[in-house]
Amino acid sequence: MSASALKATAILPGRGGIGGALSDAFWRKPTLLLFVLLTPPLLWLGIIYLGSLFALLVQSFFSIDEFSGLVVREFTLKTYGELLRPANLDIIVRTLTMAALVTIASAILAFPIAYFAARYAKGRWKAVFYLGVMLPLWSSYLVKVYAWKLILAKEGILTWIFDKLHLTVLIDSWLALPVVGGNSLSVSPTGTFLVFVYVWLPFMILPVQAALERVPSNLLEASADLGAAPRQTFLNVLLPLALPGIIAGSIFTFSLTLGDYIIPQIVGTSHLYIGMAVYAHQGTAGNIPLAAAFTVVPVVIMGIYLWLAKRAGAFDAL
Amino acid sequence: MRSDRHTRAPLRLKIAAGIGLAFLHLPILLIFLYAFTTEEKSYQFPPPGLTLKWFAVTWNRPDVWEALGLSVRVASISTVVALTLGTLCAAAISQTRFFGREAISLLVILPIALPGIITGISLRSAFNLAEIPFSFWTIVLGHATFCVVVVYNNAVARFRRMSGSLIEASMDLGADGFQTFRHVILPNIGTALLAGGMLAFALSFDEVIVTTFTAGQQATLPIWMLEELVRPRQRPVTNVVAMVVVLVTFLPILAAYYLTRDGDQISGQGK
Repeated sequence: MSASALKATAILPGRGGIGGALSDAFWRKPTLLLFVLLTPPLLWLGIIYLGSLFALLVQSFFSIDEFSGLVVREFTLKTYGELLRPANLDIIVRTLTMAALVTIASAILAFPIAYFAARYAKGRWKAVFYLGVMLPLWSSYLVKVYAWKLILAKEGILTWIFDKLHLTVLIDSWLALPVVGGNSLSVSPTGTFLVFVYVWLPFMILPVQAALERVPSNLLEASADLGAAPRQTFLNVLLPLALPGIIAGSIFTFSLTLGDYIIPQIVGTSHLYIGMAVYAHQGTAGNIPLAAAFTVVPVVIMGIYLWLAKRAGAFDAL
Repeated sequence: MRSDRHTRAPLRLKIAAGIGLAFLHLPILLIFLYAFTTEEKSYQFPPPGLTLKWFAVTWNRPDVWEALGLSVRVASISTVVALTLGTLCAAAISQTRFFGREAISLLVILPIALPGIITGISLRSAFNLAEIPFSFWTIVLGHATFCVVVVYNNAVARFRRMSGSLIEASMDLGADGFQTFRHVILPNIGTALLAGGMLAFALSFDEVIVTTFTAGQQATLPIWMLEELVRPRQRPVTNVVAMVVVLVTFLPILAAYYLTRDGDQISGQGK
């Protein structure tokens, strides 16, 4: 291209057509572009998702007519009052206890994996650990539950292993315990607990690992140089720095346990959890208001939990 | 790290990490063994014998094929919707600063942050209130809503690494907005979108909790499995289906990993 031609095209003429006009308009008014970009996702999430959530919240203030079984569309707090009945309080307390225990167990199991992956795994081993956590995380939820049904079954692998080790008496005496026991592992709270821990464990490993990756190793060396025993270094240096990651992970394990209704239904006793209660009330019973009020419980608990976690700086670890 | 002592993991840590990984993987491997068992009435271990016949039985089951077909169709359409909405949202959030930005990113994450049962029951009661009959499309509506977030996360991460000067350079060289999108932005975010799309597909293909609320009479593959779990009728067929599901979901996850792994070498990133 010659110099004169370059000069002539230094300022390009406006592009014709609708496309050109649109492109020019977006360039002149970035807000217009922003509006066009955001409208479809906001319409979808705002109307379909937030709209439904709001509709559910409204229905929790309705009540059900005990004789006709129909929903009375008048504002009342009666349904929330029903939550406080002993049977329903029992469900809430049972679910919260389970969620807390599952969270603690996942944190204990997750820490060594996350720590090893963050500090010692290099090169290929890093990839192995990453995929080793990602594959179980993403593989089918139902298949994982199913695998545990196979493991915990009376004729399954766990019984077989304990039998070979001549330790069957251990399982039997554990199952004879009042609260955690049951007829067999697959119909006991212990079984429910194991499956919960298994299914949500990867959700704990990832944020803990992310937090540990950011701990400079010279801090640990400094602590050791200053005479701290490994145990002291762990308690006073490593654990406080990993805590935001653990809290971030606990958001997942806690929230997922609170809302799950399939695991306790497949592996567990006939005692209800919040999720199962919601499912039962909205389904056969047709008591949508009570089901809606039940769903408000985990939402409120998670709201408080998230607020506390944010104050503890857990979101920086995500 | 100067001394060798610190680069080696303590034995106890190695063992604990190894046990943890084994705990995560052995149950899934067990599924593979059970797909070949000759026992059909119980979950007996060790299997009394091994056979391939259940693969043939499963192959000839129309209900499994129907469920699989429905799952693939739902997942495909949900992925397309999620790709469109997620990319739009990511572009807006990462390229501009505006009031309410935080609120929008929270809104995108919310469907996956709240327990699935809440999303499920609120959609169901909304469909009931609006008198929308349950169909294929109500399932898609639910799935697309929580799939947006995985596409969004992948796209936002890539947008952040992409240098804004690339877009400016393209504009300076005379490309209009659409040409810039086609020739500069799309090649840069392409693999992130592909990875996000695959994860969205895997997420939708596997989803059961929201689906139980938004499906009418149709059974997706997870719904089919759930029914078998609650009331086992065809244990050997369920074993085979479980194994196939594991294999099918592993592939997109491995692919997504390899697509985003080399993300550090994105052009313009050094600036």
